[in-house]
Amino acid sequence: MVEIALPANSKIDKGVVHAAEGAIANPRTLKIYRWNPDDEANPRVDTYTIDADDCGPMVLDALIKVKNEVDSTLTFRRSCREGICGSCAMNIDGQNTLACTKGLDDVKGDIAIYPLPHMPVIKDLVPDLSNLYAQYESIEPWLKTDTPTPQGEWKQSKEDREQLDGLYECILCACCSTSCPSYWWNSDKYLGPAVLLQAYRWLADSRDEKTGERLDDLEDPFRVYRCHTIMNCAKACPKGLSPAKAITEIKKMMVERTV
Amino acid sequence: MSDMRTPLSRVRGLGSAKKGTEPFFMQRVTALANIPLTLFLVGALVVHAGSDYATMTAFLGNPFIGLLMLLLIVSAVYHMRLGLQVVIEDYVHGEAAKLLALIANQFFAFTIGVACVLAVLKLVIG
Repeated sequence: MVEIALPANSKIDKGVVHAAEGAIANPRTLKIYRWNPDDEANPRVDTYTIDADDCGPMVLDALIKVKNEVDSTLTFRRSCREGICGSCAMNIDGQNTLACTKGLDDVKGDIAIYPLPHMPVIKDLVPDLSNLYAQYESIEPWLKTDTPTPQGEWKQSKEDREQLDGLYECILCACCSTSCPSYWWNSDKYLGPAVLLQAYRWLADSRDEKTGERLDDLEDPFRVYRCHTIMNCAKACPKGLSPAKAITEIKKMMVERTV
Repeated sequence: MSDMRTPLSRVRGLGSAKKGTEPFFMQRVTALANIPLTLFLVGALVVHAGSDYATMTAFLGNPFIGLLMLLLIVSAVYHMRLGLQVVIEDYVHGEAAKLLALIANQFFAFTIGVACVLAVLKLVIG
């Protein structure tokens, strides 16, 4: 039912301002969401001013610079720093994206950095994605066959392989799912764009022999049909993929086997 | 989370409903039907703007006009019921409240639909 009170820690306080020391050539200001589960305080937005001339070009470079030189308590995930691991997904300048592929120059003025929206926060910029990972596991993202495994590889024509283009590139960073209002309202039951794109990746795979069972598991008013083609997913995807199109393809398969 | 179920157990929940495609498909079919039928209604209202009661009852009493009106009522009410159901499923999260809202939606749509059909039939059959 309608919730009158805001959930705990919804109110964001003014944070600490870490001014730059001395004169700097090219100041850029980061406004970063901070929340520590170990104290009782509400979240706050801390301000850090850094010299962009003494920093790599990406937002992740700036975050690492802050953590190394200004405030070692700043907590965020990062690994590959080249847009392939999906760890540093966060909300930068109002858009879910990867900190490692978002240039400081892409943002005008102060750079607002928040964790991915509508996920439980573990600390600072680190969201709890357990539910999303469980949803990914639930679609059984591996090749399923009844035919005995061949001596060599499972064969696939060039054309069939091309069906996976625009799907296999997904790095599961969760930028799309956490930008989707339908996923915000119903993430307990709706699988969301990231997991549905992955589900379609296996539905579209010519080598898989469990297409019907996969569709059976997805056919549900909530698991798939909460997608109302809002398209935030395609707008957010830092890899330029379209989860919305993949979901539409799933719906087309559902209709095709019904009518 | 206060319970100790695993995330996978929570996600699998009660399993797939194994349906959902039919309402999705019918929402689009009725949307398609609503385009010409609504254009007909708008046209009829524009043509009869300012007409008196006798002219209107004679017009709606015509069996062909009555047929189009009945088709419009069935298609539009069906579409409304499916649309409201989606809204309820999106935004009403308590299971009891959701069930009550879905039942109320059914009653409302059937009442409106049958009342409209009755009105047209009365004019056509007399």
